[in-house]
Amino acid sequence: MEAALDLMRRMPPRQAETALSALLSLLPHHADNLLSQIDQPLQALFDAESGKEFVLCEYNRDADSYRSPWSNKYHPPLEDGPLPSDDLRKLEIEANDIFSVYRDQYYEGGVSSVYMWKDDSDCIAACFVIKKDGSKSAHGRRGYLQEGAWDAIHVIEVRSEVDGTAHYCLTSTVMLSMTTESKSSGTFSLSGSIRRQMSLDLPLEDGHVCNMGKMIEEMEGKLRNSLDQVYFGKTREMICTLRPPQDGMLARPLPQR
Amino acid sequence: MADRDEGEGPEISGEQKKEIAKWLLTNAPAGEIQYVAKDVRSVLMDDVAYEAAAAVAFPIYNKAHLLSLAMPDRSGDVIISKFGEIDSESFLDPRTAQVAIVDHVKQICTKVRPATDEELPCSYIEEFRAPLDAELCKYVDETYSKGTCAVYCTKGKDVEGPGAVFEFTVAISATRQSPQNFCNGSWRSIWIVEFKDDLQVVELKGKLQVGAHYFEEGNVQLDSTNECKDSTMVQSPDDSAISIANIIRHHETEYMASLEGSYFNLPDTTFKDLRRKLPVTRTLFPWHSTSQFSLTREISKELGIGK
Repeated sequence: MEAALDLMRRMPPRQAETALSALLSLLPHHADNLLSQIDQPLQALFDAESGKEFVLCEYNRDADSYRSPWSNKYHPPLEDGPLPSDDLRKLEIEANDIFSVYRDQYYEGGVSSVYMWKDDSDCIAACFVIKKDGSKSAHGRRGYLQEGAWDAIHVIEVRSEVDGTAHYCLTSTVMLSMTTESKSSGTFSLSGSIRRQMSLDLPLEDGHVCNMGKMIEEMEGKLRNSLDQVYFGKTREMICTLRPPQDGMLARPLPQR
Repeated sequence: MADRDEGEGPEISGEQKKEIAKWLLTNAPAGEIQYVAKDVRSVLMDDVAYEAAAAVAFPIYNKAHLLSLAMPDRSGDVIISKFGEIDSESFLDPRTAQVAIVDHVKQICTKVRPATDEELPCSYIEEFRAPLDAELCKYVDETYSKGTCAVYCTKGKDVEGPGAVFEFTVAISATRQSPQNFCNGSWRSIWIVEFKDDLQVVELKGKLQVGAHYFEEGNVQLDSTNECKDSTMVQSPDDSAISIANIIRHHETEYMASLEGSYFNLPDTTFKDLRRKLPVTRTLFPWHSTSQFSLTREISKELGIGK
């Protein structure tokens, strides 16, 4: 398992899907473990009944069907696919509506879905997913990207609702790739994935959706910032180490070490 | 969450394992194939398949990455490339006129032998090749923190005098490994330099490739390539060497500047098309007043204007 995870950390993020399926065929006994620790790029499907797209992930899947958060129906249809209880479904609908607005404000496009379920110890768990195609042929407003994908998966577990507060455990993954292309500078492509966790105790009076949403917003901001500042920055530093730039060539200074 | 069907699929064959291992090995980022090899061996649990895959994958990887290996007699570094390939284990080092015998999997040069006359270009060609090599060595030393280069004659190595066509291939390779900082990178350029002596022109075609990998608690990789073309006049060997080296320096400097430009545009333009730093409203999302959204939704539903 350790070697498998190390491989996933080294293979080109763009090839993550192929790498994961390679590992699954080599280590079929660890399939569950691999799938729970390695996130796959997201897919979306069109829900004809509600006229909206929804995101597919492990948390709305049963057998080969996926439940739409809009119509609450499985695609392709499934007779006895599990559905959330009425109360939970109400919360799920609310979360989907609000999260759509959130998604539109930060992403200016893309598809989002929220799924809720009760875990083994009867606690509420939720998965918030966003898929954005930022290429200029899709939802890239500014048209800079030849290719651009952002997949975010946020899984939240709610624990111990005592004294009016609940304990939220969030695990977030962002997978992204973006390519710019021009005749003078060729292709420039960055791709990657990072995963982080955070836990918070928050007052129940604000409601689950508000609490979860705030955590996700904070986390997405942190992830985006560290991708931008730390991860992209480190690859830039590496290039400047390979070929130290001459004076006056840097568009902005390298961070001090 | 639904349980995944425990797909205890049929055991895959040794041949399939070998193909998977080969894919993983050849996709290793610059400077990381030994780490990948260790992982592959342990997930494969089949040494026969591993050895078979390694025997195929390492030579492909070493040549594609223009791996530079120290020759045992301290005469310098030899670049492993298809341009200097004599046979699967032997690679010409044109500068020292030696042939390096390498162990691909261990990534070492085990011994060297003098190149035979047939393996080397004739003296007329060498008159052009040697000064170009010298100019490029100077350039690479000045420019890259740890770079190597080689100039191969890839066409017309037996041309005896003026008026014919011959071609050099320049390979420049710089790598940096910093596993303790979870960071590796490589710069590779290949320049095809064609002397059309009959037309008195030298045509250059360059392919530049840069990669970097940062993987502390994550996995982010940069991959960039650029192709360019240029030409100059055929001059005396020494003058040709200077103008060719200048063209290469010019294009590589421009490419470096364009990489810097791409990084500069990243945070506020390019990355913004994936996700903004702040919402379009420029303030954090109003989670506390989201009841209004539901309210709006209810109202729109009642009025029948819901989407």
